[in-house]
Amino acid sequence: MPIRTEPITVNIGPQHPSTHGVFRMRVTFDGEMIIDVEPIFGYLHRGSEKLAEERTYTQVITLTDRLDYVSSMSNNLSYVLAVEKLSGIVPPERAMYLRVIVAELQRIVSHLVATGFFLNDVGALATPLMYCFREREKILDMFEMLCGARITLSFMRVGGIFQDAPSEFWEALTDFLEYMPGYIDEYERLITGNEILLSRTKDIGVLSSEQAINSSISGPILRASGVKWDLRKADPYDVYDRMEFEIPVGTVGDNYDRYLIRIAEMRESLKILQQCVNQIPDGPIRADTANLIRPPVGDAYGHVEGPKGELGFYLVSDGGISPYRCKIRSSSLINLTALKDMLVDTKLADMIVTFGSVDINMGEVDR
Amino acid sequence: MDNAYVPFKEANAFYGNLYQFLTDLTIFGVSPIPDWLAYLIAGFLIVFSVINTVVIITTLGTWVERRLIARFQSRLGPNRWGPWGLLTPIADAVKLLSKEDTKPDGVDSWVFNLAPLMFIVPPILIFAVIPYSHNAYISNLNIGILFIIAVTTVPTVAMFMAGWGSGNRYSLFGAMRGVAQLVSYEVPMVLSIVGVLLFVGSLSMVDIVERQFVPFILVQPLGFFIFFIAISAEMNRSPFDIVEADSELVAGFHTEYSGMKWGTFQLAEFIAPFGAASIMTTLFLKGWEGPILPGPLWFFLKVGFVWFILLWIRATLPRLRVDQIMGLAWKFLFPLGLINLFVTAAEVLAWGDPTGSEIWLMAGINWTIAVVCLVISSHLVSAKLTTRNSVLENAGNN
Amino acid sequence: MTSVLDAESLARKLNDFIPDVVEGHSEGDVWVKAESIADVCSQLKNDPETNMDYLVSVSAVDYIEYFEMVYHLRSISLNHGVVLKSKCWGREDIEVPSVTHIWQGADFQEREVYDLMGIHFNGHYNLKRLLLWEGFPGHPQRKDYLEDPR
Repeated sequence: MPIRTEPITVNIGPQHPSTHGVFRMRVTFDGEMIIDVEPIFGYLHRGSEKLAEERTYTQVITLTDRLDYVSSMSNNLSYVLAVEKLSGIVPPERAMYLRVIVAELQRIVSHLVATGFFLNDVGALATPLMYCFREREKILDMFEMLCGARITLSFMRVGGIFQDAPSEFWEALTDFLEYMPGYIDEYERLITGNEILLSRTKDIGVLSSEQAINSSISGPILRASGVKWDLRKADPYDVYDRMEFEIPVGTVGDNYDRYLIRIAEMRESLKILQQCVNQIPDGPIRADTANLIRPPVGDAYGHVEGPKGELGFYLVSDGGISPYRCKIRSSSLINLTALKDMLVDTKLADMIVTFGSVDINMGEVDR
Repeated sequence: MDNAYVPFKEANAFYGNLYQFLTDLTIFGVSPIPDWLAYLIAGFLIVFSVINTVVIITTLGTWVERRLIARFQSRLGPNRWGPWGLLTPIADAVKLLSKEDTKPDGVDSWVFNLAPLMFIVPPILIFAVIPYSHNAYISNLNIGILFIIAVTTVPTVAMFMAGWGSGNRYSLFGAMRGVAQLVSYEVPMVLSIVGVLLFVGSLSMVDIVERQFVPFILVQPLGFFIFFIAISAEMNRSPFDIVEADSELVAGFHTEYSGMKWGTFQLAEFIAPFGAASIMTTLFLKGWEGPILPGPLWFFLKVGFVWFILLWIRATLPRLRVDQIMGLAWKFLFPLGLINLFVTAAEVLAWGDPTGSEIWLMAGINWTIAVVCLVISSHLVSAKLTTRNSVLENAGNN
Repeated sequence: MTSVLDAESLARKLNDFIPDVVEGHSEGDVWVKAESIADVCSQLKNDPETNMDYLVSVSAVDYIEYFEMVYHLRSISLNHGVVLKSKCWGREDIEVPSVTHIWQGADFQEREVYDLMGIHFNGHYNLKRLLLWEGFPGHPQRKDYLEDPR
């Protein structure tokens, strides 16, 4: 009797330790090999875009916090940039510097979380994760000094920021800039050259540069595929045009490149932070705007290079106090477009690692 | 008592005394305890005490393990219940016992319920043949090490029962991986033990300890290395924990278990490292023997040391992929095991009963061979595993 | 700085390619006919002068009388961008050609627009709801959603 085999379909998620939230993949396996992947979204859909249509421009800021809850600052920044573009408000210099500072701190936080969970997905029993969270905690403490919150920050305002940084923030930031390079070295010493990590991540989940561009991939994944594209350089906002930093670019576009890119970007963020601390001028922190912003009729698209990719807000104004339409260009969702191409013909264990290296956040995918 | 079955009462001092006491006991001139009952009571008492010691040490071990891993991960670990959190395992046990025992629809009840039992008995059975000190063991089986090899394969059956009976696909994946892993790693494990057996000429665990002229790790470094890796894989410890692989398969074969059934699986998995450390201590570290300190303490110290290294590895290394694990067994450990076997056989042939200087010559040869083999084969394995140039160097090129 | 393409010259060029395709233009925005969106996009992508290789986002705005499709296009190699818009009149059975065969990145975004706005994309290989479940009544991003008798 011939042995009959048949593919087996497994639902990875929505409750699964490694789907980083409530993501669900319907995966068809041939043994341990993946032959088909179908992502299924919507388990965390809260209708942020629709809710934004009911709120004033300032109130929407709190909604943006809850998109990618690991990088609230970047979300805030992207949104206020869009509103400023729409209404022609120019924030004062000190506010722009502070925005860059918090955005870069937020990038470090997000990359720490991404790296930690990625290594956890590789199977390193939470040790690298805990190392990463140790420093994340320091940054969250700094955020607490700034605005009293740690995760959902709502720190930005249209035309500036919520309040000026207290003196202990600057002390904490100076300390942080001193010891953080050593800690990044520590992560690298812990695991970067580890042969198990190399054998698990090298040449797995390869994404070519053509495919990355065609699939509208952005952020570290695009750069890992060898495309030198960073909105901070290509389309600078706030004071990024005054900063000197490199854009790390990968060669292969595999999981290992994505991991290296994130580590390198943390170091570049530290450079930017140092320059900001040196350059920041005194002055007001918010432009003189009305409390209830009524942008003129029109539309505007504001974007930032968020930790996970290009986060954009497309706002349409009808002249009222709330946006007529608020479309969120979610980097996490669009970065998943190429997931199937990366996963097919790899193994179950590779799937988890590749998915971890893409680094999505369900709050932003489902909005 | 070479290679002969030794009854309990002769082999074990404690047992013998107890048996003697019970049979000699007379009340008003009659002996109330017949011979068979004394035999039974004494046997039960010693087995009961060993099993409970193992379970209690393991329970404390979970606390030590959690605290130590917490320190590895720069956090505090459980510290709420009792002094330094020492009562945490008890709190865990109470919680697990009082939890509802859920059973999903569509499970194969018999298989599903039997699996935890089958999973926990073999690791405890290992301790039946481990000698803790001079004349302190439950049984000196003349096929002791063979018994251990046989017994350590049984959890795989339980694993497969749990995986299949659960009717869950994660569990099925875990179970299939577990079976494949066991089949692969049994071969290098046995090969590495054979080196020791060639020196000793006996399968009895007591003989193995008593005839270790020096700790066998000195003359069998390669064997120890292979055995260490193979037994880690056998009991699904990181970096070989693909069977459970919490980031991939949720909890592998015991995904669907809850309450004390799950607790039984966990307990078995915490006992297994102690069993493995005991086997390694007996085979390679000269068991209970050591200077100054009493035997049981030496045994315990050695076991603790090996157990700590297992823990250290668990807290450090990422997990291998399933095909890489199979590759490691067949392409790396299996040839090394063969080399070790042939070299040892040649040495035993040359020096049947080695004296002092010959032992050190042997140790030198074996260490050289071990280092050379490991260096060469790890180069073969990791030829393509070089780290990549820093991504920052590419920054200027594009 | 990402430069914005001159809408007027772009409109002229597009009109040369497909006659009367452009309905209007302002700075950076070009309105084209809804039925020829895909042709315009593929022209913009393949023309070496524009080379729009990157689709930033696909949005739809509900203006009650019509829906406006908004395509943010960008060229990564030349670092410039343009916003394509097209008006789809009516409320029911609105159809727009899909651009998934030009940019794979449009896949989820078009599904989202279909899900929340109810605009059909002709030629999309897997046009299913993205965020809401199959059988969800109506399309909640529409302005008149809550007035729908459910």
